[in-house]
Amino acid sequence: MARSLFYIIVFPGFIFLSLAGVIVEYIDRILYARFQNRQGPPWFQPVADFIKLLSKECIIPEEAEPRLFSALPLVALTAAVTAILYVPLWNANALFSFEGDLVIVIYLLTLPTITFFLAGWNSTSLYAMIGSVRTLTQLFAYEVPLFMGILAPTILAETWSLSGLVRYYGVHPWYILFNIPAFIVSLIAIQGKLEKVPFDIPEAETEIVGGTFTEYSGRLLAYFRMAIDIEMVVCASLLSAVFFPFGMRLGHAAGFALYAVKVLCMVFLFAIIRSLFARLRIDQMVSFCWKYLAPLALFQIALNFILKGILN
Amino acid sequence: MGKVTIPIGPQHPALKEPESFAVTLDGEKIVSMVANLGYNHRGVEKACEGRTYTQALYLIERICGICSHTHSTCFIQAVEEIAALEVPKRGLYIRTIVAELERMHSHLLWLGVAGHEIGFDTLLMYSWRDREAVMDLLALLTGNRVHYGMNVLGGSKRDISPEQAKQILKVMDVLEERTKYYIQVATEEVTLIKRLAKVGTLSHDDAVKLGAVGPTARASNVDRDTRRDDPYAAYAEVPFKVITDGHNDVYGRTLVRVGELMESYKMVRHLVKNLPEGPIAVKAPRKVGPGEAVSRYEAPRGEDVHYVKANGTEKPERVKVRAPTLANVQAVAKMLENGYLADIPIVIAAIDPCFSCTDRTTFAVKNPDGKAAGFIDWKSLREYSIKWHKNNGVDFSKMRIKIK
Repeated sequence: MARSLFYIIVFPGFIFLSLAGVIVEYIDRILYARFQNRQGPPWFQPVADFIKLLSKECIIPEEAEPRLFSALPLVALTAAVTAILYVPLWNANALFSFEGDLVIVIYLLTLPTITFFLAGWNSTSLYAMIGSVRTLTQLFAYEVPLFMGILAPTILAETWSLSGLVRYYGVHPWYILFNIPAFIVSLIAIQGKLEKVPFDIPEAETEIVGGTFTEYSGRLLAYFRMAIDIEMVVCASLLSAVFFPFGMRLGHAAGFALYAVKVLCMVFLFAIIRSLFARLRIDQMVSFCWKYLAPLALFQIALNFILKGILN
Repeated sequence: MGKVTIPIGPQHPALKEPESFAVTLDGEKIVSMVANLGYNHRGVEKACEGRTYTQALYLIERICGICSHTHSTCFIQAVEEIAALEVPKRGLYIRTIVAELERMHSHLLWLGVAGHEIGFDTLLMYSWRDREAVMDLLALLTGNRVHYGMNVLGGSKRDISPEQAKQILKVMDVLEERTKYYIQVATEEVTLIKRLAKVGTLSHDDAVKLGAVGPTARASNVDRDTRRDDPYAAYAEVPFKVITDGHNDVYGRTLVRVGELMESYKMVRHLVKNLPEGPIAVKAPRKVGPGEAVSRYEAPRGEDVHYVKANGTEKPERVKVRAPTLANVQAVAKMLENGYLADIPIVIAAIDPCFSCTDRTTFAVKNPDGKAAGFIDWKSLREYSIKWHKNNGVDFSKMRIKIK
């Protein structure tokens, strides 16, 4: 019991993830700024933003359901934090593991998106409602390719447990090269999940002001932003666990360093994608996901089935 | 979700100035749009009537923060025409150089704004960084980054020294290389083209019918440019191509603007290399007129028109400004037909709007009863104008028009 609480609250749960989220947000912002030839924020900027938001007045729209309005940011935060417990970080064993935990992780990562939708819908503001409709439309577009992309490597490993996956690819390290198409699919689809350019359609500020979060302010907005930061850490960890599961037996210090490097590489890729593209329109985004991402993911699945027949 | 009407403006992140668009949406599709301008009226025209020509020149320059030289030159051309002033060649060349530098910084600014509107902030940061080179050059030549104060009645205020000329040529080389890169980005970057092509379509016929001007018209293959059609300043002596494009959409407008940038570099090089010797200004009289003149000027956004009426005193009797945005704003509704919500910011931005230049529609004067200042309706406005003209010797009271 005490051990589980420690996992959830301190490490690798809430406190560790909040710190990691803050650091990752800073790195993402500074990289984005440097790619754009800007100075970028000082290192404490994400913390300063968070503290400032906490101290601001929290306004709840009159027509919104107040309890739901306040609870949603916490649900998003909790879901994002819980997801990390099943992801192997620097050794083959995640804190909790069972056959099928990969599906749980993806499910837990979908929850924040659903809360974004509910938050926008519950705000009853027009901008927020359009934003939440866009969130949901986008979810249907990227979620299926993301599922297929992340589940494709499991076909070779014959397990739906993340820890099992890591152990399998630990034994056959070169097989990860086969999964590169799936990695590309997942990397792009994750941009939709994190609502970043080119898929930042739900919060396109030049179109619908703040999108789903238009009516949020103060500490509730701070929780949402932290949930997004933590989601980014979890997504980066998930991608590195599924697609780059090497070096998982280095012990704690070296293993942690390698894990940090992997996460930073993912954040680096996120930032590159973010600074290279323009925001797509929602219809273009949906057709892109179904025309290119989904077939590519299907190709990966077919490829892995064939490979499995040849290799095993 | 059924049909909803969302307000874009008066305060909205996509808009740089207050104006309001009420957009009715069916899902993501636009059903109709109502534009409501007039938040920025500053009474510049009226204020000019109370100032001398020199004072009015500085006021007119402040109509717009981007095309300040445009308005000041356009105004001063009209005044010089009434006063029959022969501006020295060198003065005209310097005016033209500043005008083209202004076009460069305006088009580079537009490129950045367009990037921002479609969520491509990297383009914004890059083009605005390069725009600084022009701004520094303008500061070097005129002493100011925005309101140059380069015009004076009868010529130019400051001369261009040989060192400054050298610096201009140097900056032109840098900018030309950067612009070539932007042309490459605009023609090759997939998401950019996806967001710009076939968005905000305005056919050739519609552009002519709605009276679009500047790059907006030229991107619909309307071959119209005041610099060539009715040359002013030194434009008759500079060889340049009028860039037109047949895409009819925002993508075409982008290509026209980057194309015009390349032309501007060539023009400035030509002007600097062939800068004639001589004085830069002639002495101008304090009292001008009587007479009236209309002056046309190709602003970065399109054709700018100023009308000045002089009555022989040192103050103008009437100044009228028609900024290019007023000619283009009617076309926006047409461009947005069957469009998407996501395209509204870029389509509005694509005419390169400048609403504070345009807003001179509300006319706030004292009510006829002399009690309070405020808005007056059509009927009393007409009565006021009849009374005003009667005092000036013209009787319009016999004229009958239908007032709704």
